[in-house]
Amino acid sequence: MSFATSILTKSLNVFHCAGSPCNNCDIELLDTLTPRYDLERFGITLVGSIRHADVIMLSGVFNTKALIRAKRVYEQAPKPILVIALGNCACTGNIFIESYNLDAPVGKHIPVDILVPGCPPKPEAMIAAVAKLIAKLKGK
Amino acid sequence: MSKKTIIPIGPYHPLQEEPEFFKLHVDGETVVKVDIELGYNHRGVEKLAESKTFEQAVYFVERICGICSTSHPIACCQAIEDAGEVKVPERALYIRSIIGELERLHSHLLWLGLAGHFLGFNTVWMWVWRYREDVINCLEIITGNRNHYCMMKPGGVRRDIKGEDIPTILGVLNGLKKPLDLFYKTVNQDPVLQARTRNVGILTRQNIIDYCGVGPLARASGVAIDVRKDHPHAAYGMVDFKVITTTKGDVFDKVDVRILEMFESVSIIKQCLEALKKTPGPIDANPAVIKAGDGIGHYEAPRGEVIHYIRSDGSNRPARHKIRAPSYVNVATNRTAVVGQSIADATIILGAVDPCYCCTERMAAIRVDNGEKTLTADDLIKLSWDKTSRLRKELGAAGPVLPLD
Repeated sequence: MSFATSILTKSLNVFHCAGSPCNNCDIELLDTLTPRYDLERFGITLVGSIRHADVIMLSGVFNTKALIRAKRVYEQAPKPILVIALGNCACTGNIFIESYNLDAPVGKHIPVDILVPGCPPKPEAMIAAVAKLIAKLKGK
Repeated sequence: MSKKTIIPIGPYHPLQEEPEFFKLHVDGETVVKVDIELGYNHRGVEKLAESKTFEQAVYFVERICGICSTSHPIACCQAIEDAGEVKVPERALYIRSIIGELERLHSHLLWLGLAGHFLGFNTVWMWVWRYREDVINCLEIITGNRNHYCMMKPGGVRRDIKGEDIPTILGVLNGLKKPLDLFYKTVNQDPVLQARTRNVGILTRQNIIDYCGVGPLARASGVAIDVRKDHPHAAYGMVDFKVITTTKGDVFDKVDVRILEMFESVSIIKQCLEALKKTPGPIDANPAVIKAGDGIGHYEAPRGEVIHYIRSDGSNRPARHKIRAPSYVNVATNRTAVVGQSIADATIILGAVDPCYCCTERMAAIRVDNGEKTLTADDLIKLSWDKTSRLRKELGAAGPVLPLD
């Protein structure tokens, strides 16, 4: 395991990047930080700037206008960075896939490491996804 | 002479969850003007809804917004029922109101927590969201889902509330009394919250009338507008409740109105549960066809009145589906509320509207330098043709003839 991976898998700083979401994945993501699930116990926090991030959480279908900004956010991120596609919209385009204003899924434009399906995924599913991602990085 | 600075906020910023872009024009610390740019959430919902059947459209409008995810389906179902002249059984009406009010509880608690977060008072956020989980549990007991409940269908509801579940739901509601009292006292007594919210972001009664504001925002400024009372739908004509109003219109009043509304919501749910015990019967009218016609559905969403218009041509799909969400009018009030305030207060004022951009973005309006311009569908089509012919010229290609050529 490289030095960068070893540092990366400790207390993850998450940057939340929502593109044309319905807000539900975003709310459930915030839910994981509040007392019932309390991810901050493991040092997982949301950060305000992409420059501080270890993980980008993508949620929503990303319409043409939001996608340009999201790509820029990804380019500004310090590498290596982990990308999680949260919810059916980010994974597949969901019910909006035929819309004239988007090119789904977002994985075509930004390399995604792990998909978390669900509309919206339960907080438990998000926690499981992060745990699996860390295990994969550590080569277990 | 002072120099004006422009502070861009967004589209990706830590303040709100959704992408949106504010341009704050500031003079020193004072905000003199605000520009709001939307369009990051436009998914073409109205057009897509025309490709779904009526039953599918209800699932689809649910995914417009995750916070008001039962307001849109109720309004949509009511529009379909209005167009097709479907009579909904009484038991279904009560169940609709119960889900609607539980949603209002969770939405107001969510906003209250976020308001604490906007103020940098994260303790409020954590406490409020801890009790919001109880409401979410209650919704999960009834509907099987934490969010996106999938309860509504044209003609009724999909799932019944069983008699043996009622004590559990009542238990959750009674458990909410203590935390709601706690929040009410905290907001009214905490010196920090008072200092940050009193006399901040005032919207007068006249401002609200000028901007056609709706929902708790309007009620905080003394405009008693509430579709539940003005145009009773679901079970709201059959239960007793008050429309909460305050007079001042500052951020504090907006918090106050929302907390007091939660007490009313609890009371409405209790009355509906009582009525449910005495109202047996079907929960679904099962309409076989939706007749041709026009229909309008209103619903008082947590943020204000949401309207769905449906035109049915007698087939199984809507011929036209038009949606207007409350944030569409409420977001515009920021242009008045933020002006003259310090930049540190701008966050809570922009947040106090409880904006929901994913509900709002149904049309494209483009601001150009010499004034404002609204693009109609014909303009958009023409722009698209222009772009195609430009591309063809650049690439030296010839495709099918466009009407423009």
